[in-house]
Amino acid sequence: MLELLVLLVCGSILISGVLAVLLRNMMAAMVSAGLASLFAAVSYVLLAAPDVAMAEAAIGSGLATLIFLYSIRKTGGEGLGDE
Amino acid sequence: MSRVFSLLAVVAFGVIFGSLVAGYSERQSLSDLAIYYLTHVPADLGAPNVVTGILISFRGFDTLGEVAVLFMVAASVGLLLAEEVSGKPPARKSSGSRGKEPSELVRTGAEIVLPLVFVFGAYVIMNGHLSAGGGFQGGAVVASGVMLLMLADPRGPIHHGFLSVTESLAGVLYVSIGIFGMVFAGGFLDSRILPLGEFGAFFSAGAIPLISALLGIKVGAELSVVIDRFRS
Repeated sequence: MLELLVLLVCGSILISGVLAVLLRNMMAAMVSAGLASLFAAVSYVLLAAPDVAMAEAAIGSGLATLIFLYSIRKTGGEGLGDE
Repeated sequence: MSRVFSLLAVVAFGVIFGSLVAGYSERQSLSDLAIYYLTHVPADLGAPNVVTGILISFRGFDTLGEVAVLFMVAASVGLLLAEEVSGKPPARKSSGSRGKEPSELVRTGAEIVLPLVFVFGAYVIMNGHLSAGGGFQGGAVVASGVMLLMLADPRGPIHHGFLSVTESLAGVLYVSIGIFGMVFAGGFLDSRILPLGEFGAFFSAGAIPLISALLGIKVGAELSVVIDRFRS
C-alpha cells in the first residue's frame, strides 16, 4: 500500500517536472515546478524524513515559486512564444 | 549538432544513474555510523530528535557553512538587485507591477493565517530538539509567512536595516556560542556548555534550543530580505 502511494507520488513528480519544461505559458510552468517540489515534500514524508520535507515544502514550493513569480513579472515574459 | 550533444549527455546520465539504480539493494541492518549516532545523540546530547542533534552539534560546522552560503546569497542578491532598482527611474517602477491590487480573498486569508504561520514557525524552531524541525526549517516557515505578508500587502515596507542588524546579531551570537563550546566543552559548537536537563523536556539538550533559535532568526531574516529584493 505504501509502495503504491510512493510510486504514485513519484509519478506525479515526474509528470509535473516534464510539464514545467514543456508548458509554453510561463505562469503554468512555474506552478508546475512548484507542484513538483510539493510532491517531493510529500514523498519525503512518506519516506520518514519530516525534517527535510518541511524545508522542501517551505523553500522549494513556497519561496522559490514566489521568486519565479516576481522575476517573470519583472521581465514581462508571458511565454516563449512561437519559435 | 547541439541536439547530438544533448542526446549524448542524456545517455551518459542514463548510464551513470542506471548503474546506481541497478546496484541498489536495501540495507537490512543499520550501518555502524547510524548506530553510533542513534545511541550517542540521545545519550550524550540529550536530544530525542536525532536529526537536529546531528545537524546542530556533530555537524555544527556544516550548518555554519550552510548559513554562510545563505548569507552570501542574500548579500549578492542585494548587491545585484538593489543597484538595478536605484538606477531605474521611479516612474517606470510604478507603472507595471503596482497596478494590481491583491484580491479580497488573499488579504482576508492572510490576516487569519499569518499569526498561525508565525506561531507554527516559532514552534518548529523551539521544538527542534524534541520533534521534527529545527532552526533551518522553522526559519523557512517564518520566511514563507513574510512571503504571504508581501503578497497580501505589496506596498508594505520591510525594514531592511532592522532585518540586517537582527541577522548579523544572530550570526555573531551563533559563532560566539561555538567558541564558548571550544572553551567550556569538547570543541567548536559543542552543545554541552549548558546542562543537559531532563530528557525530553522543553529546556533540555544543552545549547541545542538556543542555537536552533539563533539559526531560525538568521535564516528567516535572510530569506525575507532575499524575497523582498526580488519584489522591489
